[in-house]
Amino acid sequence: MTAVWVTIAGLVAITAAIKAAGPVLVGGRELPPRAYGVIVLLAPALLTALILTDTFATGQDLTVDARAAGLGAAAIALALKAPMLVVVLVAAVCAAAVRAIT
Amino acid sequence: MSTRLAEYRHGLRAGLGFGAAAGVVGISFGVVAQPVMGSIAPIVMSVFVFAGSAQFGATAVLASGGGAVTAIATGAMLNARFLAMGLAAAPALRGGPLRRALEGQAVVDASWALAARGEGGFDREALLGATIPQYPAWVLGTVIGVLLGGTIANPADFGLDAIFPAFFLALLAAELKRPMAVPVVALAGAIALALTPVLPAGLPVLLAAATALLGLRRA
Repeated sequence: MTAVWVTIAGLVAITAAIKAAGPVLVGGRELPPRAYGVIVLLAPALLTALILTDTFATGQDLTVDARAAGLGAAAIALALKAPMLVVVLVAAVCAAAVRAIT
Repeated sequence: MSTRLAEYRHGLRAGLGFGAAAGVVGISFGVVAQPVMGSIAPIVMSVFVFAGSAQFGATAVLASGGGAVTAIATGAMLNARFLAMGLAAAPALRGGPLRRALEGQAVVDASWALAARGEGGFDREALLGATIPQYPAWVLGTVIGVLLGGTIANPADFGLDAIFPAFFLALLAAELKRPMAVPVVALAGAIALALTPVLPAGLPVLLAAATALLGLRRA
């Protein structure tokens, strides 16, 4: 339980500092363009890794289950330009349906 | 003044749609986090962290047996994008350092994307307007999720474990337009899947983040 509160305290401080840094520091120098190029790519890299591990990992094993069906349905909804709310609901309904029939 | 008001309205209208999605994701966060950290901690986390990707990422690390340091590092890496977003938004914000720091807290993915005008232009009123509905929706969703979490025996029966990756997929779809994003996504995905069976939870995700170094090749 201690680990939970340490995690929360750490995330509160780091998140606030990260969000404040740009607005507070911007009166000074700009970041070098190369650093900016790396920072903007952190989000797609991390999101991809989290999507895949959360969908296909069960502990340290790789498995394909109803979560994969939910992700596939979400991808189709996104391709059809569905709003974000519809995308997440479609994923849940599809994963629940696949679990119910398997 | 009237155009600024119009921009607030524009942001608020879009923010209601984002807020509806944030509420559902908040519910799934509460349901998923409740067994891992109890009833109070997830709500405290949503009130004070207000960053879905970091909260889910850190919770996933804790749930799979990782320690606080790995959980914080994962959350911090996930939030690193807010640094770039804050730099882009900074010139449009107002006041002294303290007020700018506070206004910077309004930077969340969906609002930032709405307010970014491309080539450096940024709309402060659209950012603030779009975030206003999302914050209470996120916290309220978490509270509902925690309450449901005590009554739902198996969240997977409702597909709740599929909501989190779907939400991230929606955020990722908006990122794919960036230069170099597609090769980074392909490489990061391959690294994450290849390392999952051999490394402790959290580390494959952090190492996959190193693919962002491909950004050095631009510029």
